[in-house]
Amino acid sequence: MADTTTLSAPRRSNAILATLRQNKLSWVGLALLAAIVFMAVFAPLLAPHDPLQQNIIHRLEPPSAEFLLGTDSFGRDVLSRLIYGARISLMVGFVAVAIAMFVGSTIGILAGYIGGLFDQIVMGIVDVMLAFPTLLLGLMIAAMLGANLENLIIAIAFTEMAPFARVARAPTIGLKERDFVEAGRALGFGPLRIMGVHILPNMASDVVVMGSLWMASAIRMEASLSFIGLGVQPPTPTWGGMIREGFENILTAWWLAIFPSLAILVTVLALNILGDALRDAIDPKLRSENAA
Amino acid sequence: MTDPVLDVRGLQSEFRIAGRWYPAVRDFTLAVEANETVALVGESGSGKSATALSILRLLPAVGARIAKGSVMFAGQDLARLSEAEMIRLRGEAIAMIFQEPMTSLNPTMTVGAQIAEVIEIHRGSTRRSAMAEALRLLEEVRIPAARQRLNDYPHQFSGGMRQRVMIAMALACRPKLLLADEPTTALDVTIQGQVLALLNELKQSYGMSILFITHNLGVVAQMADRVAVMYAGEIVEFASVNKIFEQPSHPYTEVLLKAMPRVDRDSAGLEPITGQVPGITALPVGCAFAPRCPLRQPDCDRHPALAPLAAEADHVVRCVVRAGQEAAV
Repeated sequence: MADTTTLSAPRRSNAILATLRQNKLSWVGLALLAAIVFMAVFAPLLAPHDPLQQNIIHRLEPPSAEFLLGTDSFGRDVLSRLIYGARISLMVGFVAVAIAMFVGSTIGILAGYIGGLFDQIVMGIVDVMLAFPTLLLGLMIAAMLGANLENLIIAIAFTEMAPFARVARAPTIGLKERDFVEAGRALGFGPLRIMGVHILPNMASDVVVMGSLWMASAIRMEASLSFIGLGVQPPTPTWGGMIREGFENILTAWWLAIFPSLAILVTVLALNILGDALRDAIDPKLRSENAA
Repeated sequence: MTDPVLDVRGLQSEFRIAGRWYPAVRDFTLAVEANETVALVGESGSGKSATALSILRLLPAVGARIAKGSVMFAGQDLARLSEAEMIRLRGEAIAMIFQEPMTSLNPTMTVGAQIAEVIEIHRGSTRRSAMAEALRLLEEVRIPAARQRLNDYPHQFSGGMRQRVMIAMALACRPKLLLADEPTTALDVTIQGQVLALLNELKQSYGMSILFITHNLGVVAQMADRVAVMYAGEIVEFASVNKIFEQPSHPYTEVLLKAMPRVDRDSAGLEPITGQVPGITALPVGCAFAPRCPLRQPDCDRHPALAPLAAEADHVVRCVVRAGQEAAV
């Protein structure tokens, strides 16, 4: 058989890549994110120093040839800590958003599809969750559960579930009335298949864009919670924790807070750019011309 | 003749409006024989689509119900099957095609995958063999270059082509009965002709029966063996297609035919039907057509039953005047 008859999956992802390739800005986002991921994965090879190694003689040194981004109040290398910190930030952001996305959109699709009293009760709870500022809610849960990595992820995932539920519910209500869902029912598709195969992919772009935006927010929240001491505990390097430590010396040692802040800024920016590009690429109508 | 494929008796479907139940389909009794096409004809709001949705139990779960009657199909009463049993049956033994081919396909799946999906869930086939079958079906519904089009998305197809894909999906499991709800209404006339010819051909080769819903009498003439004319949720006349056109007996059928443009008649002879179909919340007590009827008599205040026309058992009409019948309560 010729390659035109291969199944749809590989061709579809090729088409998505083809669209991404045409969007120049998406490459900037992708390259930045790839660099950060690369940095996180190969941290032991890239870091010039041990991120935990204290050195009182070199404490609070400005950037120099030996310590490219300077040292902190314990004499630890800021660059090395930044590189290792990427691991925590990315892991927390990715895992927390993956959980929030999965649980939140499941709740939203079910509420939208089932409707009625179930919808009202579930979305009422979601609205209560949305009424709290996410940071406050995260703070509450993290304080309740205790400060460690798993609890930080749980806290962030929990606070970010509600927006996903909202974003998944609205298109579900519209989609379940669409002709192709009706036609699917007439062809004997069960409710789970309709929700999973016919409704979900039609709003995947909404959820994915939300995912990238909220991953940026999760990374910010990780930093915020670590900043106030409710995140990963010292001496494990995290960007938020580094900013907190640097904040105390901001007037005398600017490099301590600035570089982790820049790292967060770049990561969040890359995720937002990529999220927008993904949205454009996933919608088959927007990539009709180059799909062939 | 063998048992009918579909035997609907006394079906009544109701919708809830402002807390009360109102019938959209009333006392609907109709049998579809094997390999036969029965057309359901009527204006918008006459209950044609509600009837088809009732047969497949696709009325909304909330605010709609089948209040009375039975829908016998393959020895089972569909009105009493569980939803799980209906899910197995839909697309397998009874399939349905819809009016809007432009929006009736999932925009995120290739047409091949969508046809294959039907085969996979009902037949438990592997993806590979289902895709091979999908290709065969696309060729059968005459999609040009079917092998290349298999992996195209619906937006790359025209309306007529999409309706062909819908037909392929509906036929994927060789159903005994096809419910076609105005399948050509959204298509232009030449494409409509092609799709109808295709349906007729497939009906023969698959040996299936078709319940064909339309408001287009030209389409009825081309497709139907027998015709049921619906008005305000009821069948008002049921006969073979020739009798309906040659000897329309219900005054509504008559005016419907007079309102149809014909090549062989002067278009100045077209007569519009005055008034509108009564809404389901304001049905007249007697004959539903009486307020618009040119033959109205005092007797029409009583609700007429569907009765055979004098000396013709297979031509039934719901009219006191024409049937010369005793009016039912």
